[in-house]
Amino acid sequence: MSTLMPDSRGYFGDYGGRFVPETLMPALEELDESYQKAVKDPSFVREFQFLLSKYVGRPSVLYFAERLSQHCKGARIYLKREDLNHTGAHKINNTLGQILLAGRMNKKRIIAETGAGQHGVATATAAALFNLECAVYMGEEDIARQSLNVFRMKILGAEVVPVSSGSKTLKDAMNEAMRDWVANVENTYYLVGSVAGPHPYPVMVRDFQRVIGDETRGQIIELEGRLPDCIVACVGGGSNAMGMFYPFIGDSVKLVGVEAAGHGIKTGKHAATLSAGAPGVLHGSLSYVLQDEDGQIQLAHSISAGLDYPGVGPEHSYLKDTGRVHYTSVTDTEALEAFNLLCRTEGIIPALESSHALAEAVKIAGGMDSSGIVVVNLSGRGDKDVETVAGVQGVKL
Amino acid sequence: MITGIDRINNSFKTLGEKGEKGLITYVTAGFPSAEHTLEITRELARHSDLIEIGIPFSDPVADGPVIQNSSYRALAGGIKLSGIFNLAEKIRGGTDLPLLFMTYYNPVMRYGIENFVRNSRDSGVDGLIVPDLPVEEDHILRECAVSCGLSLVPLAAPTSTDDRISKIAARSDSFIYCVSVTGVTGSGKEIGDLKTFSDRVRKKTSHPLAVGFGISGPAVACRSAAHFDAVVVGSAIVKAVDAGGGLPVIVERVGRLAGGIKDALRNGCDAGE
Repeated sequence: MSTLMPDSRGYFGDYGGRFVPETLMPALEELDESYQKAVKDPSFVREFQFLLSKYVGRPSVLYFAERLSQHCKGARIYLKREDLNHTGAHKINNTLGQILLAGRMNKKRIIAETGAGQHGVATATAAALFNLECAVYMGEEDIARQSLNVFRMKILGAEVVPVSSGSKTLKDAMNEAMRDWVANVENTYYLVGSVAGPHPYPVMVRDFQRVIGDETRGQIIELEGRLPDCIVACVGGGSNAMGMFYPFIGDSVKLVGVEAAGHGIKTGKHAATLSAGAPGVLHGSLSYVLQDEDGQIQLAHSISAGLDYPGVGPEHSYLKDTGRVHYTSVTDTEALEAFNLLCRTEGIIPALESSHALAEAVKIAGGMDSSGIVVVNLSGRGDKDVETVAGVQGVKL
Repeated sequence: MITGIDRINNSFKTLGEKGEKGLITYVTAGFPSAEHTLEITRELARHSDLIEIGIPFSDPVADGPVIQNSSYRALAGGIKLSGIFNLAEKIRGGTDLPLLFMTYYNPVMRYGIENFVRNSRDSGVDGLIVPDLPVEEDHILRECAVSCGLSLVPLAAPTSTDDRISKIAARSDSFIYCVSVTGVTGSGKEIGDLKTFSDRVRKKTSHPLAVGFGISGPAVACRSAAHFDAVVVGSAIVKAVDAGGGLPVIVERVGRLAGGIKDALRNGCDAGE
């Protein structure tokens, strides 16, 4: 079923499409053509795989978290260690794929939006590697809570453009990046960081990230001789989850997407778009969106900047409606508990984003017996979040 | 009974007969308040040929800082769609000029496309401009609009290929909104080769062409109008609204701006411009 998705107009069922100013439509058509051509070109595929292996350090390991599993007294928990990638998260997979494409399209300038800063760092990294000019849009609020990543981007030679409009977070950074693209579309490549945005971004980013799921499949079969019972990943825009889930869509593996419930869905301060939103158009595609009764986009809230987004990729909306993926949510507090638990049991500091997936996986594993297998996508490392966690604990660094 | 489409077309027809270039003015509804918008549009009606009423959206990607800021402040001031339909009705009560809603697709979708279009018509609105709805995605709204006699005005950009311009032209039932620059509203970027652009669009349509984005005063308006049938002035008006003073001061300032542009357009934009 899903292998035919999206259709030629970029629709996954009822979701997706292209809702952008006319100025950008020709650029999206050109991007789609270039992408279709590139993925059929063996030299492009070879170059991408070379970078993933020699530059990113893939395949990332699938690690059996024995002490964490013992703590849960249930299923065996495996961690897909995307945190071990160069730059510390899964984001680099996609930025390298797209930067190769930008090169083929002869674009000299790269722009991107970032929330937690992981995509910004990955973009700045790829731009440095390919000697391209790079500007990263980032909300002022996120700049304040992710100062380490801001400085990393600057060290890598990128310009970090503070965004002071709206909520000053990821959604506004994306608005501003789109405005930049509208104005400079002739020479600029917009490197979208998630499976969101207008077609072909959702399918392209998924395809560049599916290496996560492809590797996991081979690794778990090698380690356990079978597919896992359940795979858990966090969902903001949804790129790590889509990359992990996609190769398993046709199997009977239970797939669980975990959104950020912030202070709790009932408080209204959350980022659980699929759980509490409604279909709408944001950032160029039709998907679930957090919005009020007048169609104004509502502010998301999460302790994790990377999940603090009121939209979600259209393919997730489709997978929610078909029921193939189960979407749930985890609060700030639960995520922090899981963060601490992984640090203490395994000596791994996870990103706060990934901690949401961990929290849910711990619940799921606890309800299974020891023959069960649960895989968690550990999408990023938590160094960038240390300041936030210190803040919660009342520690001043 | 005259439809919205008729009203817009009649307006362009009259302009054509007079050999005059049209002025389309834009206001953000509810900025800084609904009362302001009502008085401002009353003044604009004295100088304009069509009026665009902007329905503020939280994430206006096609707009520059001036209209963005006015949108945020209008929303912060509590303006709602229900209030905007009321406002449009009051504006309609004082003028026979064509009125257009300009907004983004999400508020329309959320309200319910049919309801939105019907309420627009019932409030006396004649057409809709939705800048994030390209021709590939506009069929549902277009069908509803046509059945209510409203014009869904398509947009063309300098980056549009000839193929796309053909599709855009085929959908026009009143005029085509031509984006003068590759950029957002009020960007003040140097206006590109407008003649080439208008020639490319005219090859595909006999409908009138309006040009907008970045038209700040009489001089730019005249330069742009040379190749188009009407100019749209948006950010410059919003800026005039935002330049301080009480309501009478604002109304006077907005009137001077719009009046100056319309005078220049009426006088044929002669030498020196």
